[in-house]
Amino acid sequence: METQDSQMPDGAVTILPIIGLEIHVELDTETKMFCRCRNRFGDPPNTNVCPVCIGMPGVLPVMNGKAVELAMTVGLALGCTVRKFTKWDRKSYYYPDLPKNYQISQYDLPLCEHGRLEVPLPEGEAKTVAILRVHLEEDAGKNVHDNPTHTGVDLNRAGVPLLEIVSEPDMNSVQQVGAYARAMQRLVRWLGASQANMQMGHMRFEPNINLHITRDGVTYKTPIIEVKNLNSFRALESAVAYEIDRQTNEWQADNAFTLENLGKQNRGYDDATGQTVFQRSKEEAHDYRYFPDPDLMPVIVSAQWRDRVAAGIGELPLARRRRYMDDYKLTFKEADALTQDAATGDLLEGALEAGADAKRCVNLLLGRGAALANERGCTIAEIGVSAGQLTDLAGMLTAGEINATSAAKVFDKLVDTDDGPQAIAAAAGLLAVTDTAEIEAWVDDAIAANTQAVEEVRSGGKKQKKAFGFLMGQVMQKSRGAAQPGEVQRLLRQKLGLDG
Amino acid sequence: MSQLTDLTARRLAVAVADGQTSAVEATQAYLDAIASRDQAISAYNETFAERAIQQARSIDEARAKGAALGPLAGVPIAIKDNLATTFGRTTCSSKMLADFRAPYTATAVAKLEAAGAVILGKTNMDEFAMGSSTENSALGPTRNPWDTGRVPGGSSGGSAAAVAARLAAAAIGSDTGGSIRQPAAFCGVVGLKPTYGRVSRYGLVAYGSSLDQIGPMTRDVADAALLAGVIAGGDPRDSTCVDQSVPDYLASLETPIDGLRIGRPSEFFSEALDGEIAAAIEQACQVYRSLGATIVDVSLPHSRIDVDAKGQLSSYAVAAYYVVATAEASSNLARYDGVHYGHRTEDKVDDIVALYSRSRGEGFGDEVKRRIMLGTFALSSGYYDAYYNKALKVRRLIKNDFDTALTACDVLLAPVTPTPAFEFGEKTDDPLQMYLADVYTISANLAGLPALAIPAGLSAAGLPIGMQLIGPVFSEETLFRAAAMFEQAANLPDMKPPMIDESS
Amino acid sequence: MSPKIDFDLTRHIGLLSRLELSDDEVQALADHLAHILQYVDKLQELDTDNVEPMAHAVAIHNVLADDVIGQSLTPDAALANAPQRDGDFFKVPKVIGDSQ
Ligand SMILES: [Mg+2]
Ligand SMILES: [Zn+2]
Repeated sequence: METQDSQMPDGAVTILPIIGLEIHVELDTETKMFCRCRNRFGDPPNTNVCPVCIGMPGVLPVMNGKAVELAMTVGLALGCTVRKFTKWDRKSYYYPDLPKNYQISQYDLPLCEHGRLEVPLPEGEAKTVAILRVHLEEDAGKNVHDNPTHTGVDLNRAGVPLLEIVSEPDMNSVQQVGAYARAMQRLVRWLGASQANMQMGHMRFEPNINLHITRDGVTYKTPIIEVKNLNSFRALESAVAYEIDRQTNEWQADNAFTLENLGKQNRGYDDATGQTVFQRSKEEAHDYRYFPDPDLMPVIVSAQWRDRVAAGIGELPLARRRRYMDDYKLTFKEADALTQDAATGDLLEGALEAGADAKRCVNLLLGRGAALANERGCTIAEIGVSAGQLTDLAGMLTAGEINATSAAKVFDKLVDTDDGPQAIAAAAGLLAVTDTAEIEAWVDDAIAANTQAVEEVRSGGKKQKKAFGFLMGQVMQKSRGAAQPGEVQRLLRQKLGLDG
Repeated sequence: MSQLTDLTARRLAVAVADGQTSAVEATQAYLDAIASRDQAISAYNETFAERAIQQARSIDEARAKGAALGPLAGVPIAIKDNLATTFGRTTCSSKMLADFRAPYTATAVAKLEAAGAVILGKTNMDEFAMGSSTENSALGPTRNPWDTGRVPGGSSGGSAAAVAARLAAAAIGSDTGGSIRQPAAFCGVVGLKPTYGRVSRYGLVAYGSSLDQIGPMTRDVADAALLAGVIAGGDPRDSTCVDQSVPDYLASLETPIDGLRIGRPSEFFSEALDGEIAAAIEQACQVYRSLGATIVDVSLPHSRIDVDAKGQLSSYAVAAYYVVATAEASSNLARYDGVHYGHRTEDKVDDIVALYSRSRGEGFGDEVKRRIMLGTFALSSGYYDAYYNKALKVRRLIKNDFDTALTACDVLLAPVTPTPAFEFGEKTDDPLQMYLADVYTISANLAGLPALAIPAGLSAAGLPIGMQLIGPVFSEETLFRAAAMFEQAANLPDMKPPMIDESS
Repeated sequence: MSPKIDFDLTRHIGLLSRLELSDDEVQALADHLAHILQYVDKLQELDTDNVEPMAHAVAIHNVLADDVIGQSLTPDAALANAPQRDGDFFKVPKVIGDSQ
């Protein structure tokens, strides 16, 4: 997004934000990257730890094969090249959450590189962001700062497999960065590579931002700022927005505010103010001293191995969304909502394969389904309605055995049971009444009790339509909504002599 | 059976199995020997008398019940103090780990125990295995049983001295640049540095991870073959340990190798080598020739040892080794920071950098600091290519030399050390001179090859002289057979330090 | 080839190494490093342009473990060697944030 600044008196100034993003994603494995401690968020401190992830003397890392495959899965889904030969390197720095005082990572030979992610933008357009590299590493532990006088270290997270996905600086606005980050979350969830739960720290962001400012044909580049450790979409977006503003102001105040003069810098982020803050460097001298980890052997990815992992990936979210629009005639919004995760789409498709009507299924899923998912903070697939139940409920609607209002009530009950919708509706008295005699009695009562309306219908005047609707409503009310509307209409017309 | 402690490990295992003695008797004999002689030697950092007797008792009970016994049942063994054990401490002879109690046991130690070995104690070493004399121990030096005014070699000096002084039937050491073979040569015992990946490093406190191997130190070749067979083999907890079947090294030991071709690297026989050692190895060649072996001259150009006008030695291998080993060490030893375990400064410090720096400054000895500094420098920005990466390339050249040489012969015959054991303090002022004590041993570590040091005689001053057989990867069986041929035919003097009989 | 190993560079390496060193120690280490590096410079005599660096002594690859949970330590066992603890946490002076 280029913005014009008309305030500048001497000529037009264009400001183009240049933004790249590093995303750290914790992989959804049972165990850690290099030991067999449980990989799980939220356990009591230092319960998922062993000599390896505490970094005790003499113990050795052994890499988690599942983590390597999940990393390849993400890389392949991003269209990356998987390296035939990849290795492990040690990145040295001292911090108490890093027990060995080096992090096992990948330096010059990342597992995957040179991919791209198509990012849907709200306007219905798409933006392709190039991926520079995807590499595996181990997460650090957590420093706990509850106490004012000291810090506590919990190593449960130390050694959790972490995927670092580095984009090219291809984004030019806050909106694009947010959309890219969300698309990545959707993708890694879709692939089962990560739960990508922001509250659990499964996904963390480090954007780097600078501006290309052009004035009178001269382009100025502001310093590249890397903002560390952002734990939510909101933090990501406000940090980027703040940086764009701040750098604009800095440059306007002093045109010497350039990359050339100031280089690259790191800044922190203050969640309370939404501002980025200058950070005194944690290590006075940054020198990571990468070198090949002698404790870990290289990974050689054969074509067969790569192809087997690729074959397991299946259809990706954007392709599926397109297919839903084409094949099921869903709107963009509907298709998009149903392809937020793979399981929700699978649920829909399960019902459609069993012969259910697409529109009715979509209405159920995006009506009560979406509402329940929202209440529970889960996906639609996770609320607990099976494809079989969905199929049956949609079928009842088509057959007129239940009306939409009752169907919604039945849908809510399906969540906690394996019973079929038929049984639930019957037990709750929500089935449509199709017994003609019963409906005829309600019709007769309505005709007897509403002589004026009956007269207006029979007279065929201006008020006929409205009066007929009123009588319909009376009958439905008497049946407590259970009478099948078609049958009510048929009997009412017959008895009022409209079918002449 | 007047002296149980004179038996080799293999003979003792047979004696226990046959009921000629018991594991408890054997263990008690060693505990008594330690009580009477170790003040003079200081081979042990810690002994486990009670636990050892208990272990021995359970072996005797198992035997009484007719249970199958392991190949080392009842054999008392010493282990170097850089092998983690859930019992006792694992100190690496460092103030840094003075109180460290590991919640795990090294795979090699677990395998020894599973084979029935009784663990007597942990032996002294150069701090974190950095040294060639055991003078760099925070617990004080170990003395050479052949001459207590001399060093036992290092870094596995405690293990070598314990075996030589009959304070253990056998011992386990670790070898990064010669730390098993050099002290074995200085103390007149057998020491094997196995093929890299032959023995699991799990539980071995790392010094130079791509060089470190655990190996046996024993009275004779058969004992080394026995122990090597027990500790070798794949381990899912060590990614660098090769999952390849382990031959029965003992079974083939007595079978001489027909048409054995011994390569003599010309670069190793220069003026750098002590005359008596050169003569002993020449004598060994004669023995081999008399057994029908042929001696061929081969070349290891990148392991060449130069001597300058001032008599200073220099070698590409030593240069490459000190870069690679210290680079890895600088990273391996970063974990000792006083946070999760190990020494932490008593001083009140309120910032983390000060906590780290002071704890490490207090916890590490001078040689460890020197090597951490050198390794940090070699990996640091701007110097990586010129030092670390260059050293890795030279390492490749050194290995290629061995691969070529070993096509012309079955094993290489080499010295272990340039001189016999030196005196205390002789090389402590000049660390570089100390590094050069490993000039003949470090190439095998760089190349990952198995190398076996065996006694080759005594000097005129009565000090042991060693020689070294080096083979292709996983050729331990060949090394043992070639060594056994020599051992049986050489008619060497009894390798028993005089002090033992004087003291008992 | 040999860089000038002076006091300041040695002090910097000491900081990277997290070793608290007195001025005398820094000077002694500077001398030692200079001496060793002069020796190590012997490597520059060799042409290694087309030589692959050798980081491992054994050429195996793809050593992978199954993703199956194994034994962890209890917090007490994990913290048994800790010089200082605060409840079930390792205790350190105040630091900012996490490294990751
Ligand atoms: Mg990273
Ligand atoms: Zn663990």
